[in-house]
Formats: sequence, structure tokens, C-alpha cells
Amino acid sequence: MSEFIGDWHALVILVVAGVIPNQIWRMLGLWFGGGIDDGSELLIWVRAVATAILAGVIAEIVVQPPGALASVPAMLRYASVVAGFLGFMAARKSIFAGVMSGEIVLLGGKWWLG
Amino acid sequence: MLPPLSSPQWRSTLRSYGWGFRSVTDTVMSLVLFATYLGIGALAHDSHFSLGWALAATLLVWAGPAQIILISTLGSGATIIQAAIAVTVSAIRLFPMVVSVMPMMRTPETKRRHLILVAHLTAVTLWVECFRFLPQVPRDRRIAFIHGLGSGLVVICMTATAAGFGLAAKLPPLLAAGILMLTPLAFLFSTARNSRELSDIVALILGLLLFPLAAMLDTGVDILISGVVAGSIAYGVHRYRARA
Repeated sequence: MSEFIGDWHALVILVVAGVIPNQIWRMLGLWFGGGIDDGSELLIWVRAVATAILAGVIAEIVVQPPGALASVPAMLRYASVVAGFLGFMAARKSIFAGVMSGEIVLLGGKWWLG
Repeated sequence: MLPPLSSPQWRSTLRSYGWGFRSVTDTVMSLVLFATYLGIGALAHDSHFSLGWALAATLLVWAGPAQIILISTLGSGATIIQAAIAVTVSAIRLFPMVVSVMPMMRTPETKRRHLILVAHLTAVTLWVECFRFLPQVPRDRRIAFIHGLGSGLVVICMTATAAGFGLAAKLPPLLAAGILMLTPLAFLFSTARNSRELSDIVALILGLLLFPLAAMLDTGVDILISGVVAGSIAYGVHRYRARA
């Protein structure tokens, strides 16, 4: 068992830096969201902020990339997003087409640059 | 395809759960999640975490970007406290997501404790799919449906975490980069497809553009700053249009 999970230290890290930081927001949302009506003005603002924070997470991964993605030049990462968007629109808002076009440009470009 | 709202298929809670579980085959996000979690499993392996740890993280944290941030900050030598702060900030988005999902499922009989598992399962994918699937599900069966859809996605991601962990050593860097790029692309287009209201579209575009500006402040809560500013401007646009 200890080999499967790792030592107690790894488990403490998971709970303190992984589980609690996420669950605290979900449970606050549950506590707070219980009292809001479907279609209220507050909910429209909350949804706009959720969308914008998500956009920030997307931008962070592209602008300040983690791990192996950091080895891809910035211009190529931005080109991948633009190509993905063109594919998404061309295929009448298909997520699959968008993701594939973006990936083709990223992988093809990186392969071509070496 | 889901049965019509009036169908007797929806009378049973268990069957509603089943329709939710089966709906994982009706969304391209399942495929994207699978590939993303392959990457997370591989990242965990390369950062010397155990398989059990990686699986527990997928089950208990249940948020892809948070797991990527957790593993990569710890792997780069950050302290627990630094990692906890980075993850806490990225997870703030879960709060408004849970808040906006709750009213879609509530009936006069619903107690808060009935929604705990829904709150846990809420992450980007489920949030996006709620807006797509729930109008086709009778209100009193929505909790069961989301439990089914959520557990289906958990099964997919646990499988992918284990597979990625096993494949890690064989994953070429080019492929690893491609997998990490899946998250922003899939998040972007699934949100874009769901943005029907003008306020959602403005929030998405402004949120993307304002982040690099907020990042220059280097506050540690840059995402929160750009998100609240962009979201509030988007709401302002909505109010202005409603009055005009």
C-alpha cells in the first residue's frame, strides 16, 4: 500500500496543495449557489466572471506554458490557437475540428522547425 | 440521443443515471479528457509521484489544470505552500461554476446535501456539458443524470491517468507538448460553442486579452484580477444592451 500511494509526505502534499484548494471553492459555491434563482441578474454576472477566469486559465497555459509545451516557440503556440479558431469556425463550431486544426499546426510546425 | 422529456424512460432514477453515464459517448470532450489525463499521468510519473498518488489526485482533485499546476510547481522545487497558493488561485473558477450550475438542478424538494457530489464533479467539462445536456433532461432527474455523466468521465480519466503513467517513459517530447496544448484548445472551443449570450462572448474574448496584461502585475492572483475585470465589463455590456 505504501508503495502504491507513496509516503505520508506525498499524501499530505496532495491534501494540502491539491484537494483542499479545489474543494474549498466548490463547497463555497454549493453554500452560496443554494440561494440564487435561475436567470437572476447576479447569476449572469457570476457566469461572465466564471467564463473570464476560465479564459485566463487558457491564456496562462499558452502564454506561460508548463513542461514540454515550453519547448515550443511562443509564435507557434499562438499560431496554433489562431488555426484552431479558424478550423472551429469553418466547421460550424465543431470542437473536434478546432482542436485538430490547432494540434496539426503545433505538431507540424514543431516537427518542421526541428 | 436522449429520450424526449415526456418519455417514461426518465421515470426511474437509476435509468436517468444510466443515460448520464452513456452520454460520455455523445461528447468529443471525453476524447479530449482522455488525452489530457494521459498527459497528466505521464507528468506525474516523470515528476516521481506514485501511480496511487496520481489516481487519488484525479479522483479527489478532479480538475485538470489544477493537477498540471500542482505537479509542475512541486516538480520545479516549489514548497507546499507555494504550490497550494498557485492551485487555490487557479481553482477560484470552480466557485462561480458551481454557483451557476446549482440553480439548473434545484427543485423545491432538493436539499443542499443532495448536491454535494454534483459540486465535487463540477469542473470545466461538466459545466460546459450541463448547459448542453440539461435542457433535454427533466428537472427532477437532473441530479441523477449528472451523477451518471460525472462518474462516466471519472472512469475515463482514471483509466487515462493509469495508462499515461505506464506509457510515460515512451512518450516523445513532441507528443507530450501536443497533449499539454489540448487543454487550452479544448477549453477555448467548448466555451466558445456554449457562448450564446453576448455577455459570455465578451467575457471570453476580454478574459483572454486581459490575462497577459494582468500577468505583468505579477501578483500571484493575476487570473482572478483579469477574470473579475473582464467578467464585470461583460456584465456591463449585457446591462447596457438590456436597457437599449
